[in-house]
Amino acid sequence: MELVQVAFSGIAIGCIYGLVALGFVLIYKATEVVNFAQGDVMMVGGFVAYTFFSIWHLPFGLAVLATVAVLATCGALFERFVLRHILGQPAFAAVMVTIGTGYALRGLVTMVPGWGTETRLLKMPFSEALLRGGGVSIAMDHIAIIVTTAVLCASLYLLFKKTRVGIAMQAASQNQLAAFYVGIPVQVMHTLIWGIAAGIAAVAGILLAPITFVHNNMGLIALNAFPAAVVGGFGSIPGALVGGLIIGVVESMAGYLLPEGFKAIAPHVVVLLVLIVKPSGIFSAMRRKKV
Amino acid sequence: MRYIFKTHHRQDLQLFRDGFEASWFLLLGAALLVAPFVLGNYALSLLSFIFIYSIVGFGLMLLTGFTGQMSLGHAAFFAVGAYTEAVLQARGWPFVASAPSAILLAAAAGIVIGLPALRLTGIYLAIATMSFNFIVEEALARWESVTGGNAGMAVPRIKLVTESLPAGVPMYMLCLVCVVAVGLVVRNLLRSPSGRAFIAIRDSEVSAQSMGVNLAYYKTRSFAISAGITGLAGALYAHQIKFLGPDQFTLLVSVEFLMMVVIGGMGSLHGAVLGAVFMIGLPELISRVKVLLPSAIADQTGLNAVVFGVLTVLFVLFEPLGLFGRWVKIRTWFSLFPAYRKGMFKRQKSYAKSERLA
Repeated sequence: MELVQVAFSGIAIGCIYGLVALGFVLIYKATEVVNFAQGDVMMVGGFVAYTFFSIWHLPFGLAVLATVAVLATCGALFERFVLRHILGQPAFAAVMVTIGTGYALRGLVTMVPGWGTETRLLKMPFSEALLRGGGVSIAMDHIAIIVTTAVLCASLYLLFKKTRVGIAMQAASQNQLAAFYVGIPVQVMHTLIWGIAAGIAAVAGILLAPITFVHNNMGLIALNAFPAAVVGGFGSIPGALVGGLIIGVVESMAGYLLPEGFKAIAPHVVVLLVLIVKPSGIFSAMRRKKV
Repeated sequence: MRYIFKTHHRQDLQLFRDGFEASWFLLLGAALLVAPFVLGNYALSLLSFIFIYSIVGFGLMLLTGFTGQMSLGHAAFFAVGAYTEAVLQARGWPFVASAPSAILLAAAAGIVIGLPALRLTGIYLAIATMSFNFIVEEALARWESVTGGNAGMAVPRIKLVTESLPAGVPMYMLCLVCVVAVGLVVRNLLRSPSGRAFIAIRDSEVSAQSMGVNLAYYKTRSFAISAGITGLAGALYAHQIKFLGPDQFTLLVSVEFLMMVVIGGMGSLHGAVLGAVFMIGLPELISRVKVLLPSAIADQTGLNAVVFGVLTVLFVLFEPLGLFGRWVKIRTWFSLFPAYRKGMFKRQKSYAKSERLA
C-alpha cells in the first residue's frame, strides 16, 4: 500500500516535471531555443501567486488567473524585446541569454519587498485535505496537480489541433521559412509561444508551491525537467509529459527502495542512460540533419 | 594599423606577433613578479584566485570557445581535481605527484563524459554534462569516508616536493607558474593539427568530417584536455581555499564558469583571462561600491547574481565577443583614427540554422 502512495506522489511530481518540460519543448519546437530559465520563471510564478493570494487576499481562482496572465505577458515581452535581437544567431547565444536571465531572476526575487530569501507558504484552499480509500491516503494537493495537468494538456491539445492560431503555431515550428511564405507571422507566433510557455510555468509554480513551498531556489527543482524532456525526446509534446511521469516515478521509487542519496541522482542517471542508448529519446521527433 | 611583412616562416611560429606585443607581455609578467612585494595579503590572494579561474577559463575556452561543445559540467571536473589533490596531499603525496594525478583523473572523467558526447550535439550535450555535474556533486556528499561528505574536508598545507610551503607568496608564485604554463600549452595546442581540428569542428561539424577530421577522436580529446586543465585549477583551488565542501561545486558554479568565458569573449585566450579578472573583480567592486549605496540596495544578498545575470545577457546581446571584443574595437578605433567606421565589426545576419531535419 505504501508503494502505491509513493507511486502516486511520484506521478504528482512527475506531472510538475512534465509541465515544465512541456514549456521547454514548446519553445524548442517553435524557436529552437532551449529555455534554461523555465524553472526560474516557475519560481517567479510561485511568488506572484503568493503575492496575489496570501498578501493581497484575492479570491483563489482570480489569483491563479492573474498570475498566469502576468507571467504570460512577461514571457511574451521577454521574447519580443530580448530574444528577438538574437534571432538567427547560433543557438549558444540564446542559451546563454536564458541562463543569464534565470541567474538574474534568482537574485532579483530576493530583492522584492515581501518576497526575500525566506521560504514562503502558499496555502491552497484545499491543502491539508486527504483522500482516503482502501488503506491509501492521498493528499488533495497531489490530486489537484494531476487533474490540472490533465485539463491543461487537453486544452493545449485542442488549441494546437482545432484553432487557427494553434495550427499556425504548428506550421511555424515545423518549417519557419515555409510558414513565413504562406503568410503566417512567424515572429508573432514566437511571442505567443513564449507567452504560453511562461503561463504553463506559472501554473506549475502554483501547483508545486504547497509541496516545496515558495523560495528563490525553487526553480532548481525544474532541472529535473531536463531529463524529463530528453527521455521523452526533445521536441515531442506528449513525450514531455510521459518523460515527466517516468522521471517522477523513478525518482520516488529510488527514494523509497534505494539507499539515501539515490533519489537526487536517479533522474540524472536515467537521462545519461537514455542519452547513451537512444539519444533521440523515446518519442523521437529529431533526426540527424542531412547535408 | 601596423602590417607585419613576413620574410621567414619562423615568424609564423613566434609566440608573439611582434616586438611591440612581446614587450607588453613582458611588462605584465614583470608587474606580476613584483606584485607580491608591493601588494598586501588580501590583494595577493585575489590575484591567485584570478590565476586559478584563468586556468579554468583556458580549459573551458578550449572546449566551448574553440571546439564548440557546450559544457555545464565543468564544476565537476574542478571538483575531481580539487578532491584528488586534497586526498592525496593528506596521504603525504607531494604536489609534483598529486597534481598530475589530479589532472589525469579529471581528464579520465572528461573522457567518460565525452564518450556519450560524441553522439550528442548542442543542447543534449549541455544536459548530459549537467547531469554529470549533479551525479558528481551527490557522490561528493555521500562518499563520506573519502570526501568528508557535507561536513567538508580541510586541505593540508601544500607540499611541493618535500617541504610544505607557507601560504601567501609561494602559493601565488605557484599559481602564476601554472597559469603561464597552461596558457603556453593551450596557445601551442591551438596551432597544432589538433587545435585546427577543434576549430574546424566548431565552425562546421559536417565540413570538418568531410575534410577527414575524426569527430569522435577530436571531441573526446578536447573534452579530456579541457577537463585535465580544469582539474589542475581544482588542485590549486583546493590549497588556496583550504577547505572543500560539495556546495562549492554545484551546477551554479558551472554556470558561472560559462558566464566567465562568455563575458570574457568566446574564442580568444585573452578572453578567458579577462573573464577571470571580471569574475573575481566584480564582487570585489560591488562590495566596495556597496558602502556608498543606500542600505536598501546595499543589503541585498542577490545583488551579485543580478549583476552577473544581467551583464551576461547584455554581453550576448550587444557585445558577443565579450570584453576582449570590446578591447579589439577600442584598439582598432585608435589605430585607424579617424578612419574607423561604425559597421566594421557588425555581425552578419543569417537565417536560423536548424539542427532539425524538415
